[in-house]
Amino acid sequence: MSDLLLEVNDLKTWLDTESGTVRAVDGISFTMQQGETVAILGESGCGKSMSALSLLQLVPSPAGRIEAGSVRLEGRDILQFAEKQMREVRGKRIAMIFQEPQTSLNPVMTIGEQIREVLPDRESLSQEAARTEVLRLLTAVGISDVKRRYDEYPHQLSGGMKQRAMIAMALAGSPDILIADEPTTALDVTIQAQILDLLKSIQNTTGMAVLLITHDLGIVSQSADRVLVMYAGQIVEQAPSDLFFSRPRHPYSQKLFRALPGRGKRGARLEVIPGAVPPLTTQFSGCRFVQRCERAQQICHETVPAWHGENNWGVRCHFYDTEEPVRNASETSAVTTAEQKSPGEAFLKVESLKIHFPIQKGILRRTVGYVKAVDDISFEINKGRTLALVGESGCGKTTAGKGVLQLIRPTAGSVNYLGKELTQLSRGELRALRRQFQIIFQDPYASLNPRMLVSDIVAEGLDALQTGIDATSRQQKINALLEKVGLNAEAGLRYPHEFSGGQRQRISIARALAVDPQLIVCDEPTSALDVSVQAQVLNLLKQLQDDLGLSYLFITHDLSVVEYLAHDVAVMYLGRIVESGTLQEILDHPAHPYTRALLSAAPVITRGGDKPVAHEVIKLEGDIPSPSDPPRGCHFHPRCTVAESRCRKHFPETTMLTTTHSVRCHLQK
Amino acid sequence: MSYLPHILITDALIYFLLVLVVGFAVYASRHEHLRAPWRQVFNRPLAVAALMVLSVYISIGLADSVHLRERISDTGADRADMEAQYSHQVISLLDIFLGSLRQHSEKTYSMPFATHAFSMETVIGQDGSVRREHPRLLYGGAHLKDISKRGQDIAVKTVTGILVGLIAWLLFAVLIIKVVAVRTHMAAGALWLRIKRGDTRFPWRSALSTGAVISAIVSALIVLSGNYHVLGTDQVGNDVLYKSLKSIRTGLLIGTLTTLVMLPFAVSLGIMAGYLRGWVDDVIQYTYTTLSSIPGVLLIAAAILSLQVYMTANPEQFTTVAERSDMRLLFLCIILGGTSWTGLCRLMRGETLKLREVDYIQAAVALGVPTRKIMLRHIFPNVMHIVLISVVLDFSGLVLAEAVLSYVGVGVDPAMDSWGNMINGARLEMAREPMVWWSLSAAFVFMFGLVLSANLFSDAVRDAFDPRLRKR
Repeated sequence: MSDLLLEVNDLKTWLDTESGTVRAVDGISFTMQQGETVAILGESGCGKSMSALSLLQLVPSPAGRIEAGSVRLEGRDILQFAEKQMREVRGKRIAMIFQEPQTSLNPVMTIGEQIREVLPDRESLSQEAARTEVLRLLTAVGISDVKRRYDEYPHQLSGGMKQRAMIAMALAGSPDILIADEPTTALDVTIQAQILDLLKSIQNTTGMAVLLITHDLGIVSQSADRVLVMYAGQIVEQAPSDLFFSRPRHPYSQKLFRALPGRGKRGARLEVIPGAVPPLTTQFSGCRFVQRCERAQQICHETVPAWHGENNWGVRCHFYDTEEPVRNASETSAVTTAEQKSPGEAFLKVESLKIHFPIQKGILRRTVGYVKAVDDISFEINKGRTLALVGESGCGKTTAGKGVLQLIRPTAGSVNYLGKELTQLSRGELRALRRQFQIIFQDPYASLNPRMLVSDIVAEGLDALQTGIDATSRQQKINALLEKVGLNAEAGLRYPHEFSGGQRQRISIARALAVDPQLIVCDEPTSALDVSVQAQVLNLLKQLQDDLGLSYLFITHDLSVVEYLAHDVAVMYLGRIVESGTLQEILDHPAHPYTRALLSAAPVITRGGDKPVAHEVIKLEGDIPSPSDPPRGCHFHPRCTVAESRCRKHFPETTMLTTTHSVRCHLQK
Repeated sequence: MSYLPHILITDALIYFLLVLVVGFAVYASRHEHLRAPWRQVFNRPLAVAALMVLSVYISIGLADSVHLRERISDTGADRADMEAQYSHQVISLLDIFLGSLRQHSEKTYSMPFATHAFSMETVIGQDGSVRREHPRLLYGGAHLKDISKRGQDIAVKTVTGILVGLIAWLLFAVLIIKVVAVRTHMAAGALWLRIKRGDTRFPWRSALSTGAVISAIVSALIVLSGNYHVLGTDQVGNDVLYKSLKSIRTGLLIGTLTTLVMLPFAVSLGIMAGYLRGWVDDVIQYTYTTLSSIPGVLLIAAAILSLQVYMTANPEQFTTVAERSDMRLLFLCIILGGTSWTGLCRLMRGETLKLREVDYIQAAVALGVPTRKIMLRHIFPNVMHIVLISVVLDFSGLVLAEAVLSYVGVGVDPAMDSWGNMINGARLEMAREPMVWWSLSAAFVFMFGLVLSANLFSDAVRDAFDPRLRKR
């Protein structure tokens, strides 16, 4: 385990842009040993992907160039290699898999052909031998029914399967190092667990080293041996995994931990890292983190901190040896106050909501079937409470949210708001009621009209209400709203593109608040944001709920956010709610096998000091079936570890475990 | 001499278009998302050069769009009580500028820079003898005492013209640099050095050198055209340079007015089809699918021919020749627009289909914003770039289409000056032996200049506005 495989020394990769030279990677050094998993952890834009591309000389040219440094692969500096020599390295010595399996595979070639293309000795292999080799690789990455998959095209494969195929391609050259650039970010929790497991097992059999690039502390905690924390183009901390999680030394790392939402932090405000990553075009004269660090001293502004500690366990901070200040007094006390809040009356009742999309075929557009995106779901939302709708992608949770708002007209069922049946209202009647329910979207870049001033965006709801207020009071209201979400009034005079993701999400919230809504549907509002920014948005949502008594329908796949924010939870699988109850009931006594699997698959951060909780991971096999052709009987039975014969025949009825906790599973009768 | 302004319908439309363009410029300068791409356009040297060439064409076209009727001076005393009489001949501001060029008509063909007619004529001498010879031209080189000095004279005049043009431009350039230097708080000398190195944000070097070339050419042409037919004369002895200049307005009109006619249809119907879906979408889609499957030339021919029939039946509605040909030009624009809106409409529909699912539109729906307002405030500004790109790209295509249609005989009025008519006339001229090549060449050169610069400019516009091409 001590053979030095890769040694990166003072690597600098710069990009020339119109606004100046971006020092995307500014002098990073690290080593990798055989069979080791090294994680590069960092927020978006910190240069972690660019570092990986630099190792393979794949920096986008002509804008980018490797300015200085060396990358020694078994002693030879591969940065000096010519393109022809480099081809011998790529794929054969160092292979790479990317975040988005969707775009990494060529859509017009079959999976088999694509893998055969990258076989190292494809010229010498016969057609038959090549095929056998590809089939072997596909089997090795855990793809079932490989003979059929060989001739299938990428669109016929699910996301997880595509990522497996990508890994098979990477393994084709039996590389010494695999660079995995956010390999599971686009995947669901249960699939993510499968892929991480797969990487681990391949590593065990081949002794390959893995450079794992990620922003997710949970993944790092689960799979990395060593952690490199990147911030603004530099490595600010490097530590063995267990030491990092028990005693993070850089203020940035410490803050990251505290910004993570979770059950233990319920009721308390999450720690936020103020500000944003400084633009990498600046010339730094001091510590890069200084603007966001509350422990910053004069010296931090003036002197660039040196690397303290050894190579494998060190930190780039002037105060690396002072302990982090203790803070947990406020956390526990706040929890109780939040929980004591009594559930208000149910004001929105959704009953047997169905949203089916017809599948039309042929010239006459005959309907040949339905995608049952939402198939008979019921829930209630109480005043001032948060209902979390949890599920993996494609389970219909977003459609359900839009169905509640009547942005998509439901096929059947009822949405009852204070006695008014929303599904029966005409467009005009509905428009009058619209202001009661608002929505916040996932993608902060698509949710604001790029052609409108922020103040016009925020005022859109006011204008639509036609309250007839005059210009000055309209402006006052806009300013008040912007202030409420933590932005300056002058932000209103700018265009959305001038704001960061977190700020845009605040603008979206301000727009929703403008019409004094009762209910806000939050459609994964933080999943596109970095941890530190996510904390800001979650804090804001929480505070608004406390101040204004808002109710949230919180659609998410992230259980840590659920634990932090939700009062009630409904778990969706393939268009149906399989289990619902209060947060405690779901988290502490999950009754449905799917809920249990979901809870166990979420990466858990074990901080050294804590006693590692007995954490048995229930591995789900296979992918989510298509909602156009759900399995007979219980939708979950093909993946269920405890399925019985009756599960294959009937969909289970609802069983009430307590007055609030209901589950749909045969085994809970 | 006094004039009576005479506004043709197309003139009015051009003024309207001008107001629109100025209005859009003011609007764009106040909106950053519009200003930024335009700034990018104006920072490209090639685009600026192309725009300068274009602006020469445009100013000629505009000068040709101010129409007047000359007052006929009464013989004898001008009596106050007598109503002023105005000529039936409509002339434009351009005609007044060009002055003599319009009246310098020969008998028939003559070569560029010729002193004698192109074809032989039978001349009866003073002594009664009959000779066949190339007669002297009335205006072309008429000032020459010694015809053998023609080459020398042309050379001298050309050089003088170029020098005058360059000097005039130099004075103008110095003035501009001074003004810019004052506005940017720089020493004029330092600014000049930076311009020479091409080290300015706005490509002053390209702008100034293009201006110098244009100025030299224009001034040389002015000097030469006073004494020669620089591009020869046509069958009826009219100066080809004059005809080519008059054709600019026709080309520009077809290129711009057609768009003006087409845009409201294409944009509103496209957005409606894409956003409202349902039966509205079906109706609009079937309409444009049907329309685009009828050959365009057929529709145009039918429309133009029926207009002609109408005009012959109702001659009293068209008092002047200019009005007749103007009516036909307008009709051509309308029918060209009517056949060409389908492409843009289809683009609009597709883009709107994409946009209506975007989160901010959904948010607007959730806020209860009325449908009409969503289309106006959210969708329209976000498809604007496509409209702009397709307008500038279509422009050159339409100019060329006019030439083809006139050639086929369903284009503008045969009496109207247009490149298409010049090319049409060249059919017979090219069949002559020896060939009359200058009409065709002149039409080609002028059209080429316009279309090339329009294409270069539209490339820059597309690069700046197309989000897919935008640099990150």
